[in-house]
Amino acid sequence: MPDAEGHFGRFGGRYVPETLVHPLQQLEEEYFRAQADPAFQKELSYYLSEFVGRPTPLYLAERLTRELGGAKIYLKREDLLHTGAHKINNALGQVLLARRMGKTRIIAETGAGQHGVATATVSAMFGLQCVIYMGAVDCERQALNVYRMKMLGAEVVPVQAGQRTLKEAVNEAMRDWVTHVRSTHYILGTAYGAHPYPVMVRNFHRVIGDEARRQILEKEGRLPDCLMACVGGGSNAIGLFYPFLNDPGVAMVGWRPADTASCPSNMRRASMGARWACCRARAPTSSRTTTGRSS
Amino acid sequence: MSPVSNRIEERFRRLREERRKGLVVYIGAGDPDLEATRRLTLALDRAGVDVVELGVPFSDPLADGIVNQLAAQRGLASGTTPPKVLATVAAIRRESEVPVVLYIYFNLLHRVGLANFIRDAAAAGVDGLLVLDLPPEEADEYEGLMRDAGMCPIWLVAPTTPEARVERIARRAKGFIYYVSREGVTGMQASVSTTIADMTARIRRHSDLPIAVGFGISNPEQAREVARHAEAIVVGSAIVHRVATHGQDPAMPDQVGAFAAELARAVAEVSA
Repeated sequence: MPDAEGHFGRFGGRYVPETLVHPLQQLEEEYFRAQADPAFQKELSYYLSEFVGRPTPLYLAERLTRELGGAKIYLKREDLLHTGAHKINNALGQVLLARRMGKTRIIAETGAGQHGVATATVSAMFGLQCVIYMGAVDCERQALNVYRMKMLGAEVVPVQAGQRTLKEAVNEAMRDWVTHVRSTHYILGTAYGAHPYPVMVRNFHRVIGDEARRQILEKEGRLPDCLMACVGGGSNAIGLFYPFLNDPGVAMVGWRPADTASCPSNMRRASMGARWACCRARAPTSSRTTTGRSS
Repeated sequence: MSPVSNRIEERFRRLREERRKGLVVYIGAGDPDLEATRRLTLALDRAGVDVVELGVPFSDPLADGIVNQLAAQRGLASGTTPPKVLATVAAIRRESEVPVVLYIYFNLLHRVGLANFIRDAAAAGVDGLLVLDLPPEEADEYEGLMRDAGMCPIWLVAPTTPEARVERIARRAKGFIYYVSREGVTGMQASVSTTIADMTARIRRHSDLPIAVGFGISNPEQAREVARHAEAIVVGSAIVHRVATHGQDPAMPDQVGAFAAELARAVAEVSA
């Protein structure tokens, strides 16, 4: 858990314009109330199983295991969820929270479009107005996802500023939020941003690791030697890793692209920055980032 | 080495004595280049502007509307960096004692190092910092350094700020309190916010400091209207828009200065 102000050691916190401070405090209060509320948890698990398609299988990749000839490889099949990615775990949790708070309008940023599609889907299910900000370059690259979001009733706003990709989409979503904060909930798509987003997003995704832990114990009668996840913003990685944090002997490896074209620009350099409303480390452009213990 | 008083406090003291309202003007540093910024700041001083807010250009200005975003882009394109902005303030100081506040995003301070930046800013002759995305909860170290340097940390109050929080902010404020009169980003608006009278009254319950009201004021009529409720008004985008229109024209500082003088006259019509 982070400290009372949302810091994880040197990281995290809440670096936002004054207009958003109180709304974020209200979101934090409501989130922790919801988290402790059995009715909310019941509603969340109902939709996770009936609408989203949980639990997902932990699948033994037999041919890959044979081919590589080392570890026994299991795949946690988040790709089988409704809309095709883990993103919907968080989008669903946050939309239920938004309804609790009486918000009538949902906004989100999206890069490739998976988070946008998930957000558009849960917004449509609950009849909430939905606006998705997406860099103009990404809109072109991922035209199919733009089509899906529109089909789901969302308005997709192509962002023309700067590099016209994810970074600018986040800025534009923040500007929308600061302008419409009374009616609008911002469904942030990964474990970043101002407190309580990182802790909230992690907790909505920890279902990945909770299931995986239970499933591997059922199948193998032991914990895995190693967990691996790809890291963009980090939401699926932290969702998988978090329930194993107190398991000594489980190594955790996050993989990210070495080429800068497919790695968000804010995460390229090996330095700390305060951007997107939190302090975060920027991982180096190496092909691998190790988290937690490896012994 | 903390000076007894700082230019912002000094200016507001004088305004109070003379029963005048103040005019704060925002411009983007380095738009179109830093020499123009220097000349424009001096022109604003001559036009009767009481405090110049210099926006330090940043790649992700998420609290800013399109007019100031474009100014920041032009500022970055002209090679403007935080140290160069400080050098420009030092150059302004050779000719003018106009109070200067830097409007800056926290990432820029964080990258240079808080202690270094605050020390250098004070040495250059900066009087206050307005760090857009640094709320008081994150600002213990910042406040200590600002106090030691004799600079005013300018805090924002927004329409969404509840009373208990106004009280906390007021307790820490120095120089003036900036009331952001709108939920939204910076930018020109057709009408002024309706929250101003209530919120300035709320702030006054907790502080004797001057209140400056900004966000959306774009002409002399609006300036007059808002000045009735506050000790000072802030005009940003309407000025920046004019800077953009005149661009590289050598007469730009005088032309924008003439508009600032109109605003100053409008504010002067409202006596304290």
